[in-house]
Amino acid sequence: MSDLTDLTLVQARDGLHGRSFSATELTQAHLSAIERARELNAFVSETPDQARAMAKAADERLGTGQARPLEGLPLGIKDLFATRDLRTTACSHMLENFVPTYESSVTANLWRDGAVLLGKLNNDEFAMGSSNETSIFGPVISPWRRRGSNTPLVPGGSSGGSAAAVAAMLCVGAVGTDTGGSIRQPAAFNGIVGIKPTYGRCSRWGIVAYASSLDQAGPFARTVRDAAVLLTSMAGHDPKDSTSIDLPVPNYEAAIGNSIKGMRIGIPKEYRLKGLAADVEQLWQHGAQWLRAAGAEPVEVSLPHTKYALPAYYIVAPAEASSNLARYDGVRYGLRVPGRDVIDMYQRTRAEGFGREVRRRIMIGTYVLSAGYYDAYYVRAQKVRTLIKQDFEDCFAHGINAILTPATPSAAFGIGEKGAGDPVEMYLNDVFTVTVNMAGLPGISVPGGLSAEGLPLGLQLIGRPFDEETLFSLAHVIEDAAGRFAPAKWW
Amino acid sequence: MPVDAKTVRRIAHLARIAVADEEVADLQTELNAMLAFVEQLSEVNVEGVEPMTSVTPMALKQREDKVTDGGIADDILRNAPAREDHYFLVPKVVE
Repeated sequence: MSDLTDLTLVQARDGLHGRSFSATELTQAHLSAIERARELNAFVSETPDQARAMAKAADERLGTGQARPLEGLPLGIKDLFATRDLRTTACSHMLENFVPTYESSVTANLWRDGAVLLGKLNNDEFAMGSSNETSIFGPVISPWRRRGSNTPLVPGGSSGGSAAAVAAMLCVGAVGTDTGGSIRQPAAFNGIVGIKPTYGRCSRWGIVAYASSLDQAGPFARTVRDAAVLLTSMAGHDPKDSTSIDLPVPNYEAAIGNSIKGMRIGIPKEYRLKGLAADVEQLWQHGAQWLRAAGAEPVEVSLPHTKYALPAYYIVAPAEASSNLARYDGVRYGLRVPGRDVIDMYQRTRAEGFGREVRRRIMIGTYVLSAGYYDAYYVRAQKVRTLIKQDFEDCFAHGINAILTPATPSAAFGIGEKGAGDPVEMYLNDVFTVTVNMAGLPGISVPGGLSAEGLPLGLQLIGRPFDEETLFSLAHVIEDAAGRFAPAKWW
Repeated sequence: MPVDAKTVRRIAHLARIAVADEEVADLQTELNAMLAFVEQLSEVNVEGVEPMTSVTPMALKQREDKVTDGGIADDILRNAPAREDHYFLVPKVVE
């Protein structure tokens, strides 16, 4: 029965509807796979009892012809989404024992549509990281290895557990969040599909906040179609999130297979970084050729402020984080470390509760917002952000339908290899993805091929606001041309 | 504008994060690496550019000013590190 885990989400859906197997069997196959893959450290909480109960309910619905869009499909959820009565930690010591009394809007949408919860997935602490190495539960080990090597690799981050679990076939799909690349970079590192929708498309309510003007939820899946199915359920207006958009949600799956003939695809020259790895450069060219072969027209475009996106991000995101994370004071929920007085209690709680990277980002954010520095750093960064967004708007105004770039500057790296001395080394991972968050645009990462060392590489497509459909159509063309990639099982 | 050790302590205090003496030097190095990285923004001409306040142009939603939630004190206190009845307990703040 273990081969049930090889099915894509859509194949599993079809199998359930055709009664080839039950939701209970499908869920059990995934629960067994999770047990055998504990070495990957992808899950931080497994919920087998809840999963079996949800699968049983799904079987009843399937049996009476009342199946909902995700009926019986077992998913993993990043441990940044509040799940009612189920520990939600943000993979931080600060929230290690936090049990929400409410459900995040995105996960509520998934359960409304019949999905089954397998457990909560590992991530970088408070989503701050690009390698899943800052989690209090330890790093996730990528299911991928370099050809002929046993060196453990990072799955990327911050949604590293989500990406690894989907690539290792521990769930049919997963949910993550993306603030600077935290869906698209791990999707690329694991040879799977991940989409960060337009800012406002998915509700942020009930997601542990990192940088509120940048955070968006999105799905991970092994195919473009699967990702489209998941986003259709996740997205939608939510009165509880004032930045959630009140627009109808298209059926994204219907965009799969749409013709891309005549679409103009921007190839931004500023993304051709000096020293870009040869295999990444080659993949990018393949991507453009595949889209051309399907009738689209790749054209060179300019996004002149690209190089300023990452430095501006490292002002805006920590500033918002310092404000958002001020709530962790040891009073209302989360860790409390006793002190001499209330201030001492705050300081000890926050020193012990937050890991090194989180403390660092809170401090830099505090600094750039402090009296005398606010204009020089924060206001300037927000002005640069306006310019970054205008770059994209200019492209779209000139008839560009979407923009094609590499998803990451390199393939996955080894655990402990990056960022030990200089945090900026790690930050550079997000150089191609962070622009998209700064401009609030949708971006999808789709596998394009393997690196010289046999590791997956991804392509990124960036779309117009709320035009995820075009991204799904284009990504599907790339998927058709490039094929799909799965790691050789070693765990 | 690199920060010195005194500034590191001041930021830590503003952020309400206890920093041990032996941590200051490393933090100073890391914060300065980040500040050096963001320094390149000073070369961008931002004359006359409006700072971004909303990434997706939208009017902030309004609703009738009435209570829509409440009566869930037990839920709110469920994760409190220390509580008594429907109150959060903290160390004494007023002498």
